Amino acid sequence: MAIPEPQFDELYRELILQHYRHPRNRGRLPGAALRAEGANPVCGDEVTIELEMNDGRIARAAFEGQGCSISQASASMLTETVAGKTVAEVRRLADAFERMLVNGEPPAPELGDLEAFQGVSKFPVRVKCALLSWKVLQRALEGAA
Amino acid sequence: MFDARAIRRDFPILERRVNGRPLVYLDNAATTQKPRAVIDALVRYYTTMNANIHRGIHTLAIEATEAYEAVREKTARFIGAEGYGAVVFTRNATESINLVARAWGEANLRPGDEIVLTVMEHHSNIVPWQLVARKTGAVLRYIDIDEEGHLLLEQARELIGPRTRLVTLVHASNVVGTINPVAEIAEMARRVGAVVLVDGAQSVPHMPVDVRALGCDFLAFSAHKMLGPTGVGVLWAAPGLLEAMEPFLGGGEMIAIVRPEESTWADVPHKFEAGTPNIADVIAFGAALDYLAALGMEHVRAHEVELTALAMERLRRLPGLTIFGPREPDARGGVLSFAIDGVHPHDVATIADSFGVAIRAGHHCAQILTRRLGQSATSRASFYIYNVPEEVEALAEALEHAIEVFRRGDSRAAVR
Repeated sequence: MAIPEPQFDELYRELILQHYRHPRNRGRLPGAALRAEGANPVCGDEVTIELEMNDGRIARAAFEGQGCSISQASASMLTETVAGKTVAEVRRLADAFERMLVNGEPPAPELGDLEAFQGVSKFPVRVKCALLSWKVLQRALEGAA
Repeated sequence: MFDARAIRRDFPILERRVNGRPLVYLDNAATTQKPRAVIDALVRYYTTMNANIHRGIHTLAIEATEAYEAVREKTARFIGAEGYGAVVFTRNATESINLVARAWGEANLRPGDEIVLTVMEHHSNIVPWQLVARKTGAVLRYIDIDEEGHLLLEQARELIGPRTRLVTLVHASNVVGTINPVAEIAEMARRVGAVVLVDGAQSVPHMPVDVRALGCDFLAFSAHKMLGPTGVGVLWAAPGLLEAMEPFLGGGEMIAIVRPEESTWADVPHKFEAGTPNIADVIAFGAALDYLAALGMEHVRAHEVELTALAMERLRRLPGLTIFGPREPDARGGVLSFAIDGVHPHDVATIADSFGVAIRAGHHCAQILTRRLGQSATSRASFYIYNVPEEVEALAEALEHAIEVFRRGDSRAAVR
């Protein structure tokens, strides 16, 4: 019987590894209007997200945190993706991202580069790692008018 | 003659494949697998003997009671406590410690009294004492470790003083593997009249343990970490202690006479086993004790030292890998926690799992120690009787893949 090749390449897509190694928008935003933090207590992943708002849109997003490649790359890509979007647009994006991960739906077109996380849906224990920053973002947005 | 390969045949689960590969089970510090003898004992109990114990007059009740009580004796013998002190069955080691914290701690601790523990305790030997400290005004004092994960004995000598009422410590660390000099610390405690509790969850399953040699007053451990079923913990107490304590839980089984206003208690150990206990699992635990006794705990220990030495030697050759804890394999239990530069433990564990290798990643319920090591999480491989050298090699190869995946990510990104 042939031994199948391990399937972790789907999980560790190049784009995810790049964001893990070289996170974008990592740090604090002195002018942040909104801020939230969260953790996965079981595995210890931590993410804090800060948002600068301008006229109902997210002007800039930044994150701080520690944890596995999936949680930190997800936070990094989130900060790039949400910049310039309205709160309503971001909520739809978060919903599409969650449906891709939890329900295994094919990536919605508006997800763009976030489709790199599609493979995470095959690793149920890691789904919460990818979702952490998006949950934190939604909590931060609860403070938005 | 100890033969891990022959032992493997007694464990049905080891025939399993995971992600298309043979299971390499290296998460034994979390729980061990069960030999057929234990599984059969469980089925046999329910098939032939099932009855409630200690109150029946009929044949099944008598047989079940005898089988249950025989395991109590067997447990005492296993830790050198035959006819010495008492064995109470609980749900797990955590409950055993909580029993002492509540039933002994709340009655005996006063404001300013000190509880001495160590930074390498599992949460189960920290949180119950924090709860008791909050209620009684007692204070927690922690013995620190050196860079190799050994307790600072000088500091222990300073901390264990006239205000110390209790010294509670882990025998073998579930993270750094250190085997602590319990007898030496128990002697310090005895000189100041303090009670000593030992968390034996990672020692009783892996090496000969004798409560008299340890010099402790309480010993807590769990059946499921030593081939037994989940849902059974053990609390051993030295003579006189349990007799002087009020009950932990009230209910059936633990009473002598119940009157409207007040009741009297059953004798030790029944005073501490309220309600129907986990009869089936206790009886099956007896089969686990038989299995380990037949192997001989000194042989179990020697096998684990051998595998640990091999694993330390092999893993140290991997680039960027750091092993925590004592450098000498015979100074530690068969537990290896490690970090790999640039690869988070959860990623290590996911990649290992894709090769069928089960390891643990996280803080291992020891956040104080994990932080003390300067980490937020570590990866951990832990061995038992059925592990073989090829499995150390399978682990090492899986780790090499993990390192390679994250290096690749690094070099491609750097080229851009």
